[in-house]
Amino acid sequence: MSIFKFPESITSRPVYGTLEPRKGPAHLMIADAEGAEAILDLAKQDAELVANAHIIYIPKGTGETFVEKLQALKPRQLHVSPSYEASLQRLRKVLEDAHMGLQVYLTGTEGLMGQAQNEAMAAGIPHTSIQQEHRGSIARRMQCVHCKGITEDVMTDPFVCSHCGLNLFVRDHYSRRLAAFQGVCIDAEDPGNVPESVELYK
Amino acid sequence: MTIQFNNETFRDDYSFKNSDRAIARFPFPFHEDSYMYSVNMEQHRGGPEGSVYEMRFDVDEHYVSEMQDRAIVLDQDPLRCQSLPHMTLAGWDLLELIMVSKSEDYPDLFELHRDGNTWRWINKPMGIDDTFTFMDESTLPYGPMEYITRQAQGDFAVLDQRDDMLWMDAGMVTTQADWSLDFDIGMNFFEWHAPVPKAHEMGIFKRALKFLLNVQQGAPARRLNWTMTVNPLLDTSPENYHKWGVQKTELTPENIGSKQHLRVELQTFFRLPRSNALVFPIRCYLIAFQDIVRTPKWGRRLHRVIRDLPEELATYKGFIDNRPMMLDYLGQFDDGLPTSPGVWPDKDTEPALHK
Repeated sequence: MSIFKFPESITSRPVYGTLEPRKGPAHLMIADAEGAEAILDLAKQDAELVANAHIIYIPKGTGETFVEKLQALKPRQLHVSPSYEASLQRLRKVLEDAHMGLQVYLTGTEGLMGQAQNEAMAAGIPHTSIQQEHRGSIARRMQCVHCKGITEDVMTDPFVCSHCGLNLFVRDHYSRRLAAFQGVCIDAEDPGNVPESVELYK
Repeated sequence: MTIQFNNETFRDDYSFKNSDRAIARFPFPFHEDSYMYSVNMEQHRGGPEGSVYEMRFDVDEHYVSEMQDRAIVLDQDPLRCQSLPHMTLAGWDLLELIMVSKSEDYPDLFELHRDGNTWRWINKPMGIDDTFTFMDESTLPYGPMEYITRQAQGDFAVLDQRDDMLWMDAGMVTTQADWSLDFDIGMNFFEWHAPVPKAHEMGIFKRALKFLLNVQQGAPARRLNWTMTVNPLLDTSPENYHKWGVQKTELTPENIGSKQHLRVELQTFFRLPRSNALVFPIRCYLIAFQDIVRTPKWGRRLHRVIRDLPEELATYKGFIDNRPMMLDYLGQFDDGLPTSPGVWPDKDTEPALHK
């Protein structure tokens, strides 16, 4: 099951909804991994809408699992990209060329949705035209508050910053601008005393 | 009144000291023997002569050294000063507000001469004499907000107002109580306060926002906030927490009187005229425990406040581990006598310590 119910948290932590068909002259869908399932569900509600859509899909660990199913929806454009970074120039071009009323659907991991939302808002897409649905991994994109480096797909708390090597604990404080949660040194007051890592939400 | 500016440090050897005058005018934040969050706003229209509330922007003996400390922080981490592109006008508003206020309130220290858009600004304590064109960024060495806040004590959050909400879209933040401008910039009022425990449930932020959205030009407001800091360290930033956090463990019963500091923020709020932004100066005052307890009323009261503070707040304010040691120290200065209402020291009327 790709749906995870996040417990209630602080007000800066994003909350996600469920994708629903909306009227619009064009539809852009950006998904990674199990996010494909949300698009498949959307297609069950409105196959024509998805058939008119431009889908950018990053399979991540799911490999070929969903690619054929997405192709079967016969979207106007389906671009399967090996990574979000690799898709970025294309995404920017699509947003740049977009006309008024474009509907944006983001689904999959928090890191993907947050970064794609930033791109959409930077391109002037109103937030009321952007929908988000979380699917799949609960891994987080974390910013180290000390060195500012981003560590992608963090699954445990605490974790080691992939840039500066400090042991960081995972906060729920979230910056939309950075599309990242905040990681803060866990052993600053007792250097070397790092509790054992546990999986997030376990 | 001429101010003797201290030559002191807020890092390394920590030579920061408060004079007798600074101790007497310290903004003690507790008006009664207990503490809980409240919106506690009042108008910022002066205060008793010599108090930190008297002027729009208080200048004290720490001014020059605090500005040197700020310059060090900015050299190490330029991200402490940021302004989103739409906030430049608010920066000019802020520059004008501070220059006009300081030159009027401290004419012996600051001068502002305006001839149309050609302005000459003289800051005598810092040895600055600059002529520039108002609203022309190319005539200043920094953007307007950075230029003036390199010459004004306290942090500055500049808040854009739109959609009935305040947005933290610019700031100069080098003396913060453990929050990151770089992380929080662009957030709305509820988001940047998200990590504060309890206050959301109490409705504090909803009420505060309502109040702040309605602050009018020429009618600034103020409130106090407080926390605890070991050593007179201004830059208690999350960015550097991995460096300073360990200092919290260096308290001993012998050094706590000189090392443990009460950290008080005088927060003021001014509406800016052209941008309709709200500027939120957060001025930090530090005082060692041994200097607080020289005022008998403050010694009694601080002991009671710290003793009875809910655990959640002591944790959030970062001194839960040191609280027992603080109470052992402060308990020596609490003889159980009642205290007079209000924040003032009342040295002439409050009894000496009966211990």
